[in-house]
Amino acid sequence: MAERKGASTVTLSARPRVLGHAAVVGKKEGEGPLAGCFDAVFDDVTMEKESWEQAESALQKEAFTRALDHAGISPSQLDVLFAGDLLDQCTASTFAMRDYSVPLLGQYGACSTMAQTLAMAALAVDSGAADLAAAVTSSHFCSAERQFRYPLTYGGQRTPTAQWTATASGCVVVGMGGKGVRLREITVGRIVDMGVTDANNMGAAMAPAAADTLTRYFEDTDTRPGDYDLIATGDLGACGSSLLKELLSRKGLLLGSNYRDCGLMLFDRETQDVHAGGSGCGCSAAVLCGKILPQIERGELHDVLFVATGALLSATSARQGESIPGIAHLVRLTK
Amino acid sequence: MDITPQEYRKLAEKSAPRSPVLADCLKAFGVGGTICMLGQAIALAGQAGGLGEKDALFLASLTLVLLSVLLTALGAYDVIAKHAGAGTLVPITGFANAMTAPAIEYKTEGLVMGLGTKMFTIAGPVLVYGVLASVIYGLIQAALTLL
Repeated sequence: MAERKGASTVTLSARPRVLGHAAVVGKKEGEGPLAGCFDAVFDDVTMEKESWEQAESALQKEAFTRALDHAGISPSQLDVLFAGDLLDQCTASTFAMRDYSVPLLGQYGACSTMAQTLAMAALAVDSGAADLAAAVTSSHFCSAERQFRYPLTYGGQRTPTAQWTATASGCVVVGMGGKGVRLREITVGRIVDMGVTDANNMGAAMAPAAADTLTRYFEDTDTRPGDYDLIATGDLGACGSSLLKELLSRKGLLLGSNYRDCGLMLFDRETQDVHAGGSGCGCSAAVLCGKILPQIERGELHDVLFVATGALLSATSARQGESIPGIAHLVRLTK
Repeated sequence: MDITPQEYRKLAEKSAPRSPVLADCLKAFGVGGTICMLGQAIALAGQAGGLGEKDALFLASLTLVLLSVLLTALGAYDVIAKHAGAGTLVPITGFANAMTAPAIEYKTEGLVMGLGTKMFTIAGPVLVYGVLASVIYGLIQAALTLL
């Protein structure tokens, strides 16, 4: 059963593990630095559907079915699925799951959704509420652009701090037993809003939330950043990452070469024209499922802090001039 | 957080890379100027072909709008605009792009509530405030004639 450790960290003492995972991405993501890491790369990002929203659902379905295959289970065996995405009312997820009769709890955490759903799945299994749980999330560049910014063919310019929504989906199946990656601890994020209003600089809006969650985690566990093989945030991008380093260094917590950001891992900023880096629920999901989990399985990484960050704005709140609340959820993963 | 929001916003501004303003201006000038020269050339050609000045200017506008719509539909306009910025936004081609892009994008939501309504999401404010500005201009002109 889960036990509290310190003020806000939960230890998953029943030893829930990753039983299967899958990452599927679009063409641009498949051509990035993580080429070859994914279960499938779809060159046609319409997924042969009539709308971008349907395409995103199809992408999520691909990740879901592949992760379940890897775990060797069928959808009907799942006790609960935590699913989320960026679209209004989370329709990418709910529409993707129309074909499966799976108990579903929709989640919204913006780009932090992978960590949020994974934490929920881990808690469900750890508490005994579920024998098998899964976490899935997705984002699609075209459906997100349309909802949050402009139509795709509109001739606008992006600012240097803007991030590129990844066309990607990731799914993790959690259960007991086996030799998969262990889900050890979680720290649920708090809303942190430092008054950033620029929707084109979400990294800056989210960095304080990541700093808050990491600080609380290090306090609760009495550890330091250097104690981990990898601390991966997602997706602060170039601006947000440097701000996180600065914020933590002011508290005496130095992030060294073991610190990476999923938004900077998925794309090559020099050649792929993504400005400050990748973003979107699918970004950290694809990096987790395509790169980080396999690296832990192969023994290349032993102790990882996965900290997905979300900018909790809407198109309406941005137009109304509201500042952007950030959130960051942490999941510790070990061999 | 042991940093005030004011301090943090300053820090965030400092760490944000700036847009290359000079290069952006030069590219906007080059592309915008080229579009205007093309318009002028079409107008002159129209006049040489026997059109009156008004009709020749109308021909130039129509041709540029058509070109912009075609390039938007082919997905080329936004690629040029990414570099040209205001150079493709300010001329009439920018307005045509702003109408065509949502029309293409929102047709999945139906011809009336999708295409018909959302066609004006970007161009709408231009129309509203353009008309308002011309009304104010008209009123000032009328007032001046009365004096």
